[in-house]
Amino acid sequence: MSRRFDDLAQLLAPVLLVVATAIVGSFTSRAIEIYFLTAIVSVAIVVAIYVFVGNSGVLSFGQISFVAVGAFAAGVMTIPLESKTGVLPDLYPLLRDHTIGNFASLALAAVVGGLFALLVGIPLMRLSGLAAGIATFAVLEITHNLLREWTKIGPGATTLALVPETTDLVQAAIGTVVVIAVAFAYQRSRLGRSLRATREDPAAARAVGIDVHRQRLWAFTLSGVLAGLAGGLYVHMLGSITADQVYLELTFVTLAMLVIGGISSLWGAVIGALAVSGLDSFLSEAEQGVGVGFTIDLPQGARLVILGAIMAAVLVLRPSGITGGREFSLPRMRRSAPAAEPAPEGGGR
Amino acid sequence: MSGSLFLGALDAQTVVDAIGLGAVYALMAVGIGLVFGVLRLVNFAYGQIVMAGAYTLAFTSQADWPTWAGIAMCVVVTVVVSGLMDRLVFRPLRTQSPAVMLVTTFAVAFLLQNVALLVDVRDDTIGEPAASVASLNRAITVGGVEIRKVSIVAVVVAVVSLGLLALLLTRTRIGLQMRAAATDFGTARLLGVRANTVISVAVLLSALLAAAVAVILTVQNPLVSPDFALKDTIIVLVGVVVGGIDRLWTAMLGGFAIGFVTGVINGALPTDKTVFLPSVVFLLVILVLLIRPAGLFARGRTGMVERL
Repeated sequence: MSRRFDDLAQLLAPVLLVVATAIVGSFTSRAIEIYFLTAIVSVAIVVAIYVFVGNSGVLSFGQISFVAVGAFAAGVMTIPLESKTGVLPDLYPLLRDHTIGNFASLALAAVVGGLFALLVGIPLMRLSGLAAGIATFAVLEITHNLLREWTKIGPGATTLALVPETTDLVQAAIGTVVVIAVAFAYQRSRLGRSLRATREDPAAARAVGIDVHRQRLWAFTLSGVLAGLAGGLYVHMLGSITADQVYLELTFVTLAMLVIGGISSLWGAVIGALAVSGLDSFLSEAEQGVGVGFTIDLPQGARLVILGAIMAAVLVLRPSGITGGREFSLPRMRRSAPAAEPAPEGGGR
Repeated sequence: MSGSLFLGALDAQTVVDAIGLGAVYALMAVGIGLVFGVLRLVNFAYGQIVMAGAYTLAFTSQADWPTWAGIAMCVVVTVVVSGLMDRLVFRPLRTQSPAVMLVTTFAVAFLLQNVALLVDVRDDTIGEPAASVASLNRAITVGGVEIRKVSIVAVVVAVVSLGLLALLLTRTRIGLQMRAAATDFGTARLLGVRANTVISVAVLLSALLAAAVAVILTVQNPLVSPDFALKDTIIVLVGVVVGGIDRLWTAMLGGFAIGFVTGVINGALPTDKTVFLPSVVFLLVILVLLIRPAGLFARGRTGMVERL
């Protein structure tokens, strides 16, 4: 009974946290609301990365590639037809002469992200350790290079503008909850458990008949689907995007969020994304001299120094992350008599 | 530059510059490889140590210090920054997974870069010139070929310092201990190798190499900015892993190779032909890693032994 409730809580806690963030955000001014939006979309991106990196234990710098292709697919395909030929004249006719709606573009972003991940993953999932890290990084470089230079599929080095800004708090929250729910369902499934077994002990996992390559490929592809969807949400939030916005900096920041939250749990991915986004937003406001009980006025540029210092400090002092890599579990209630059976091991494994 | 795609268009100047760049990257590769050997830690923040050294050169040059004093100060700064990094970041993380260590060095790199930005923009411009060392950038003529002095300096510095390092590693007690620690840290400790000493020496040596790299890169590009050496670090890391990070000389060869290739490509191809070149290069990187995951120059195909 209690264990079942714990399982449910592992899904509900991150979902409720995202919904709560959206609700709080809806009561703020437009200038502040963007912080909440950004935080929620960051959760989607970090959870997408977690699906592969957290469950497999293989470090990938390439997941932002899938965010990037998702964002560009959704962006290019939703620019109104009348302005498209003007701003993106070099596109392939198929892309130039068609425009799809908001929902369809998100679905497309997920599909494109997933297909790209599958294509890349088939050869790359044979690698592990540093070789995997560098090879996935190479994927990021190639994606960035193509998006920046290939004007038949996108805006090239210029900004992709005029994308409908359809990601409001509602769409961001729904999309992110979907990402969390899929990630949760995956990690509870047979596939997810098999992959987590390979993370803990590859040799033992092989010995019981788990195909490491195939399990990693499943997760990589699913991560690509979710990252593509997150990219779609992202571009519809920003309204315009460049290839540089979905490149190195986003890769490092989102990986840092994941590790700070706790790399091996969904709860950690969500907490890390929200904590770092929240801190960043707070520091941005503080840089502009905002009063929070007392007035803080940071010099320009101090935000990133403080953010970097806090991230480094958390990683050094608590390398397993804020959550210690454990899932959410309710605090043990002591309503029953103390003589009751010893508290069973929580579901946080 | 003839603008032709053919390698026949390679002139001696391009080749010498490419060798110079390869030499710098080989130095960085060894600096990264030394620390990796004993700590199994990929230090992404290595570029920021170089950057700190470069800023020291710029600021001492602006304060009219003599060049030798600026370079001496540069060495002091890289050693201090590396030492602090080891004490405050690497030491607490020694037993952590490679992923955590790598991401932590990202955070450290991010932090140092933004500290540099904060210091740099006090005069309302980004970038600090280092005039005193720029004179090395002049060209001299050797046998009818114009060669920039710095390329020669880079090669000489690389050969001398790598030669000294090789002597240290093969002819001294501490060098033997470092090699033992890099092969199997646990067994080495059982046999009486002191972990902290070996790691400190490796960090110190990598800091000295960083100082040499800082001087050469500053000569080549005398405007020091917060992202100084960042791109180079990324390229070198790719080169090191492609070459084989497990051993110093394969890491060094990887660093040299990627520096040489980068130099040749930048020198020989016109920019309008190179837009998709990064894709081709990184595709090659992926292919090499798929065929030889342990590194192009490594023995055998097995991956590296993770520490503990």
